[in-house]
Amino acid sequence: MKKELMSGNEAIARGVYEAGVRFAAAYPGTPSTEIMEEFAKYDDVYAEWAPNEKVAVEVAIGAALGGARALAVMKHVGVNVAADPIFTVSYTGIEGALVIISADDPSMHSSQNEQDNRNYAKFAKIPMLEPADPQEAKDYVSLAFQISEQFDTPVFLRSTTRVSHSKSVVTLSEPQMHEDKTTLKHNAGKYVMVPINARTRRVEVEKRQMALKKFAETFPENKMEINDPEVGIITAGMPYNYAKDVFPNYSYLKLGMIYPLPEKLIRHFASKVKKIYVVEELDPYLEEQIKAMGIPVTGKDIFPYTNEFDPGVIKNAINSDLQGAVSPYKESLAQRPPNLCPGCPHRGLFYALKKSKAYVHGDIGCYTLSYMKPLEGLHSCICMGASIGMAHGMSKALKEKGKGKVVGVIGDSTFLHSGITSLLNMAYNNSDALIIILDNSTTAMTGMQEHPGTGYTLMGKEAKKVNLNVLVSALGIQNIRVIDPNNLKETKNAINEELASSGPSVIIAQKPCALFKRANIKPQPPLKVDADKCEGCKSCLGLNCPPISWKEGVTKVGSKRKGISFIDETLCNGCGLCAQVCKFGAIS
Amino acid sequence: MVDNKVNSILFAGVGGQGILRASDIICEAIMEAGMDVKKSEVHGMAQRGGCVTSHVRYGKKVYSPLAETGAIQTLVSFEKMEALRYLKFLRKDAAIIVNTEEIYPPAVNMGDAPYPIDVIAFLKEHYSKVIHFNAGELAQKAGNIKTANVVLLGAVSNMMSIDQSVWENVIKKSFPEKLVKINLAAFQMGIAA
Repeated sequence: MKKELMSGNEAIARGVYEAGVRFAAAYPGTPSTEIMEEFAKYDDVYAEWAPNEKVAVEVAIGAALGGARALAVMKHVGVNVAADPIFTVSYTGIEGALVIISADDPSMHSSQNEQDNRNYAKFAKIPMLEPADPQEAKDYVSLAFQISEQFDTPVFLRSTTRVSHSKSVVTLSEPQMHEDKTTLKHNAGKYVMVPINARTRRVEVEKRQMALKKFAETFPENKMEINDPEVGIITAGMPYNYAKDVFPNYSYLKLGMIYPLPEKLIRHFASKVKKIYVVEELDPYLEEQIKAMGIPVTGKDIFPYTNEFDPGVIKNAINSDLQGAVSPYKESLAQRPPNLCPGCPHRGLFYALKKSKAYVHGDIGCYTLSYMKPLEGLHSCICMGASIGMAHGMSKALKEKGKGKVVGVIGDSTFLHSGITSLLNMAYNNSDALIIILDNSTTAMTGMQEHPGTGYTLMGKEAKKVNLNVLVSALGIQNIRVIDPNNLKETKNAINEELASSGPSVIIAQKPCALFKRANIKPQPPLKVDADKCEGCKSCLGLNCPPISWKEGVTKVGSKRKGISFIDETLCNGCGLCAQVCKFGAIS
Repeated sequence: MVDNKVNSILFAGVGGQGILRASDIICEAIMEAGMDVKKSEVHGMAQRGGCVTSHVRYGKKVYSPLAETGAIQTLVSFEKMEALRYLKFLRKDAAIIVNTEEIYPPAVNMGDAPYPIDVIAFLKEHYSKVIHFNAGELAQKAGNIKTANVVLLGAVSNMMSIDQSVWENVIKKSFPEKLVKINLAAFQMGIAA
């Protein structure tokens, strides 16, 4: 069969298609996003971006109750949002099939926490598969759907950043023919989870658990490799590859199914080797369950709890006498933190907001980057949608002390994700906080995904576009202003006036993302610093715009300046913000 | 023991320099040459002007897409000072290819931190094989400054035993037709650099 170099996410999408599955719903989130983007490219599929992960799972459950084989995809923290339906669909089971992909992010490359979603499998009593590379990622999708059908259960497939975003050679399979099994079939006793029915289903869950435990014992992706009988490693997912890289001769039990665990197989492996290490990132998830079986193993005593592993982490933990690698370069190097792009509409907004000296609650999006110096535009960020509820809570608790000082900012995509109900709450409970919706017309951070406010679907079809102004008004907010955040004066005035007003206010800062192609923003000529007029005050540097730099030592007769600002023409987007900041008219 | 049968290349630079595209092309070439290959990188935050790295590992059979710290044989730095950031990942006998172009980090732009001086001299003092050139200038000579990443690929190809015809095939497949000629020229610039 054909071989292709594929990322884990591309391979998962291929696996879904190969399995004959044609229905998927998701909300974008790194490192999961490309799975849906790739899946949507296949023929005859239905793929949608839902406004959030809970909706995506509910959409997939609905499809599965109608007999479809359905998929829901999200990043690890998305499973928190979707947890409510997930825990109960575990009771009901489904008619067709349901697979939920959780893409975890050890090391928090692009996340606010590194929760270990393997715990969800145990918690919700849902079987979980964990592939170790793109080939397995593709192949396990099919297996997950088979298990879902065979045991009438949702199934988790867990990926991590290193599986999703690494690439390797994948052997493709012939796609299965899609068979339409959808039908309307009533079965209220199974699907209406009122207590009397739920109690019955609760017992069924435990029966299913027993059957799955038996299944796990002979599941072919739980693989034993007996080499050196002195040392055995029990592992799953990407850490298997790291361990094999540095200890190719040890014996291995590699678990492809990590919930439920194959107890007999683990005991069998333990009887074949003298010393056992459990190699797993994050929580001692396998270790605790294996220790509970009464099998002595070494795990988190020597391996870290935090961050992803690499081959060296495993080698150094097992051979503690090894010295770690060192760099011959001992000086400190300037960091390169990610930054808002040139022309980013968030820059002007946060520059103006800083001047108001308000406490700003934020959430997840590119604008979270504004927390860094010199903008320092955010003072909290917990999760998607949280800023509105938190601003309201702080404002209520502080009463007069917080008047005119509490702001919540939220993106257009995150507002539609989980900000609507909290804004409704602000109107209902008469909040005094100011909410600013940063409407850049797209889901920018994850790479320009569509949402209900963009007017397009994932499949590229035109769609009903929600009017934020009307929506906010319908929630009961009376003070609503729409501003252009690149107009600093207008932005500052709007912020000051709405902070001073009583009752809840919403400012919609509307300007498309500078990288958003469909917005068709006309390129503006790059700006220049007039070396004669620049007084070297560094005001423009306060914008932290990538093209603006400082040149030390360029002095001027009759001026105390020690240097001047300089704009890199190749990077400048011509947004003109710096010209508005300059007090000397030196930028044009 | 470091498994000598697996070769590790680390690509490093700044978001927007075409690092991931370059590491994709090299993987395709390795695959076409009949070897096993894995690569790993992180998307997301790094796209916003941050550091970008990509590990490429190849050989008869590769397990880990990430190399062990201290085991990388080749560093390809797309920016001068970025080479210094990753020396801890290299073997003592590693080869280093450096683009001498400079991209200032924010702290340097603000005048709060220096841009390191004598980077190449430092590298030469500690490593026996250091190849350095201005990839942007060579790319411009090839016809488009954006081909600097392919110039660097040309330089890496000198250290690998993959047929010229394989590279050409892969480059042809990797770009739209109108850009193929310029990229092939850029690749040759890198070979000669």
